[in-house]
Amino acid sequence: MRKTLRVGDDISTDHIIPGRFAHLRSNLPELAKHALEDTYPSFAQKVNPGDFLVAGKNFGLGSSREHAAIVLKVAGIKAVLAKSCARIFFRNAINVGLPVLITNTDAIDEGDELEVDWATGQVKDLAKGIELGFGRIPPVMLKILEEGGLVPFIQKYKNLELPGG
Amino acid sequence: MGMTLAEKILSARAKAPCRAGDIIISPVDLVFAQDTTGPLTVRQFEALGLGKLASPSRTVFFLDHAAPSPSKELANDHRLLREFARRTGAVISEVGEGICHQRVVEDYASPGEVIVGADSHTVTAGGLGAFATGMGSSDIAVAMALGRTWLRVPEGFQIALNGSFSRGVFAKDLILYIISRIGADGATYQSLEFMGQGLKGLSMADRFAVANMAVEAGAKVGLFPSDETTHSYLRARGREKDSHPLSPDPDAHYVNSLEVALSRLEPMVARPHRVDNAVPVEEVKGTPIHQVFIGTCTNGRLEDLEIAARLLAGKKARSRLIVAPASRGIFLEAMKRGYLQALAEAGAMLVAPGCGPCLGVHMGVLGDGENCLSTANRNFQGRMGNPQAFIYLASPATAAATAIKGEISDPREFL
Repeated sequence: MRKTLRVGDDISTDHIIPGRFAHLRSNLPELAKHALEDTYPSFAQKVNPGDFLVAGKNFGLGSSREHAAIVLKVAGIKAVLAKSCARIFFRNAINVGLPVLITNTDAIDEGDELEVDWATGQVKDLAKGIELGFGRIPPVMLKILEEGGLVPFIQKYKNLELPGG
Repeated sequence: MGMTLAEKILSARAKAPCRAGDIIISPVDLVFAQDTTGPLTVRQFEALGLGKLASPSRTVFFLDHAAPSPSKELANDHRLLREFARRTGAVISEVGEGICHQRVVEDYASPGEVIVGADSHTVTAGGLGAFATGMGSSDIAVAMALGRTWLRVPEGFQIALNGSFSRGVFAKDLILYIISRIGADGATYQSLEFMGQGLKGLSMADRFAVANMAVEAGAKVGLFPSDETTHSYLRARGREKDSHPLSPDPDAHYVNSLEVALSRLEPMVARPHRVDNAVPVEEVKGTPIHQVFIGTCTNGRLEDLEIAARLLAGKKARSRLIVAPASRGIFLEAMKRGYLQALAEAGAMLVAPGCGPCLGVHMGVLGDGENCLSTANRNFQGRMGNPQAFIYLASPATAAATAIKGEISDPREFL
């Protein structure tokens, strides 16, 4: 049961990690302090380990910078819930062990407490008393996620022989 | 049933027929990163513990995003990449050589190849028929180590082009129009494939500009067939042996389609802060512009500098004007042809071949409340280093016309 932080539609990787912090990209804990700074100025102060980030449509559009997914995780975000997600960000998030759940997030507000049932694919908004289903993560990605990300996956299996698509 | 370009290329590389939706493991023909994604790629590569690069001569690190370096942190990132390359045999494209995507189409990419890069605009090489796509550092590290990557074969989105551009309208206007029609997520995960009789009039520079921005509609790739234009380009670059024709099957299945009559297009401008917020120039004409930027992997090519020089020759720019050729080759050729002289005389600041002000790291960061008109591919809030600034996107001709008047202007008035 975790709190949510809420952002809107079309949050780009430039919103998550603006280019002006490029000099911090080799210092991820420092970079994480600036996550979403222009869009949600109090994000770094408000976020607690295990919180959910709830977004609108096309979350993570833009750059391939994996740092955008990593800093959300470093900041403490347990999972991102979005109506839809840009392709590169979705893959990066799974690769760094940050689940992205695709669901209709319209009814979820800032501060709502959520409960995610990974087995049944349901999100419960306890504040609203509603339940939402989320789209299934492709088996390949689920396997990577289960190992904690792509690097741990490869460390374990040494290759890319992935389970059936 | 026939195959789309994406299905054809991936089937050939994976050596098994595959269809949209299939998950495949494909060999990669080129793998690269740049200086802002490269250091993390190197760290992930080392964490994998697999040792060597699968193909050092086809593993390239481009120092282009913060080049020359504006800070000690980024200079140290450059050092890290140089040292990694020295140790592993990977190739370094040094500071000043140019933007990764331009360097890739000049010297590396060929029709039918699979190319992955740690940069979303890797899609540029789709202009010459390569299945080129952007990924994050972990995926790129694995591709560098194994020489392979996993891919989901994308569904096809067909863009049929008819006719030819009218005066003052360019490839940039075409792609801005397409994105405004289908939206910033209109082709998410799909392969945007360009076809039709209108292709004949599109130069390679045009195709690169269009393919480059496929990702701004969410696409995984933006693909052009390989035809006579592609062949001439590769031949002129001494790479005739890399050239072969490639086209989708006539009965290929596309999940979506859009037809564009090129002659009906107008010069387009994307308004802040969204690429799909594009309108005909008429609607934003007169907006004051403090800075104009001509360059980037979208529009920093020779043809772009040529049209800008043609419009600006003998005039004085009223906006601050920054020009960054996309590669050293382009810089030298533009110098020889007098384009750079004309631009500098008109007041342009010429900066090093590379990404320049596009991503807000250095050279041209905007002030609070300032408007910039740029030939780049993104106008997200904060993109050029200041969330209190506003970025408009347009073609190099519209950019030059705008620089002359100090406000957004229609290039057709100057042609």
